[in-house]
Amino acid sequence: MSFDLTAVGLHYGAAEVLADVTARFRPGELVAIVGPNGAGKSTLLGIMAGLRHGYSGRCYYRERDILVWRRRAFARCVSFVPQSLKVDFPFNAEQVVTMGRTPYGGGLFETDEDHDAVERAMKITDTLAFRNRDFRSLSGGERQRVVIASALAQSPETLLLDEPTTYLDLKHQVETYRLLRDLAREGMLAVAITHDLNLALTYADRVLMLRAGRVVADGAPHDVLTAGRIHEVFSVTADLRNGNGDSRPWIVYAP
Amino acid sequence: MLRRRFWLSITVCAAIFVVVSVSAPLIGSAHIDYTRALNGQSPDREILFYARIPRILLAILAGGALTLTGVLFQALLRDPLAEPFTLGISSGSSLGAVIAISLGLTTVAGIPAVLFTAFAGAAATLAIVLGIAFEGRRISSFTLLLAGVSINSISMAIILFLHNLASVSQSFAITRWLMGGLDSIEYRVLGGIAAIVLPVCALIFWRARDWNLLAVGEEWAAARGVPASKLLIGGYIAGSLMTASVTAFTGPIGFIGLIVPHGLRMALGADHRVLIPCSFFLGASFLIVCDTLARTVLAPTEIPVGVITAMLGGPFFIWLLRSRRRSLWL
Repeated sequence: MSFDLTAVGLHYGAAEVLADVTARFRPGELVAIVGPNGAGKSTLLGIMAGLRHGYSGRCYYRERDILVWRRRAFARCVSFVPQSLKVDFPFNAEQVVTMGRTPYGGGLFETDEDHDAVERAMKITDTLAFRNRDFRSLSGGERQRVVIASALAQSPETLLLDEPTTYLDLKHQVETYRLLRDLAREGMLAVAITHDLNLALTYADRVLMLRAGRVVADGAPHDVLTAGRIHEVFSVTADLRNGNGDSRPWIVYAP
Repeated sequence: MLRRRFWLSITVCAAIFVVVSVSAPLIGSAHIDYTRALNGQSPDREILFYARIPRILLAILAGGALTLTGVLFQALLRDPLAEPFTLGISSGSSLGAVIAISLGLTTVAGIPAVLFTAFAGAAATLAIVLGIAFEGRRISSFTLLLAGVSINSISMAIILFLHNLASVSQSFAITRWLMGGLDSIEYRVLGGIAAIVLPVCALIFWRARDWNLLAVGEEWAAARGVPASKLLIGGYIAGSLMTASVTAFTGPIGFIGLIVPHGLRMALGADHRVLIPCSFFLGASFLIVCDTLARTVLAPTEIPVGVITAMLGGPFFIWLLRSRRRSLWL
């Protein structure tokens, strides 16, 4: 078991952000976390990444409380892709990706192994073409891919992604989810927050649906994403259509 | 690739540093010569070893330390305008030194008392400025700089107040902390400053890779196993310590940590492994050049070096402020 969450809750003052979240995540899964704005998706991911403290309940990674893990060792296992990244200094794309090697670094310079990992990560995210460009001069989508590359350069066994496809064009949205699905098939755990239910339906192995800080449903995409539940949670009328052949169904929203 | 660029950049900056620090002692109102000075001839020997060299050594330590503190604070606060003077730390530290002088404190356990009070002043100012600028877990850059400016004015007002209360001899000593300048100080004191500044610089350089991540973001660093909060606190203490140990003897020298780091980032990028050593060398060279100007422009009258750095750095600060505002609005 990779992550094992038991009754996780979090308050901001009187406001309840998360309540009684119990969930388990296994290696080899691509899990999509869905839910309306303010459902606690980012907070949940932040807790799993070890970045949010002061929660109640327990969050274990590999049978060990994440609060007990040494940060460097944890960073070699779990990498986190933030929603967006603002950089104030002239780092180029390759330097941003190379920062993913920090948990492995001892010396002043990167090793050959570090360079190989960076090269691989940039290749599969299609970012080599602008490796020497100032990160700040890249488009939103290019930045997002560089940040994903940085997370992959960490050589993690678990990837946590907060809306990884928000700024991406259609091609790169699809490619990112294919990449995550392929990584999951190779044994990685990938947990991604998304607002695109069709992407979740098409690529995820499992969907975890949150509303107002609580788990509403957790299971196979076609079991969780039903017309009834979409209406109940998102207040949107939708219909599910069957694809041709073996493709999964897709969601059509009422005009 | 990085390795080659690293050594190349450092070699060039170190070469500039060596040329500047070896040639600067020869410039001044009295013409002197290394050969005669080394042969023990008067007055060349006295001028070189007791007037110019100690002053240049102080310029090296002050220029290096203040520039490096600028680089460090810019990374920690993610703000290219942060620097000991703009944050008010130089002035707070000066106020600390002036309080020691006004109270007639000279040494504590053989260490000059101004060092302790200057550090207390620096640390207190930093705590106040950060306390004002933090909004939740985020820092407002605008508030940060305004808080720095306000603390500057308050510190200067209290220094002037103490200056008016002081005896003639004390009041003469206090003038130094109104506008920073360099003097020829004893080698023993120089050794003391170096014993603080150089190890702290080495510590900061040792963590160079971590400052890169913190310069991107605290969460970014923490998610990659960097002990972010520990390093933030350590960095603030290190910067206050360096600023205080220099300012206790020079007074507030402004804007030193602005021009050199900015120029280096534009030329070499933001990697702190290159930025830290190069900033030290070029920051030291820059202050030597400014001080040589201060000694010679109105010779035989000397003007405080703080006047020169403020006249160069002030307009640069305004230019940075404007160009950054444009980039924020685009």
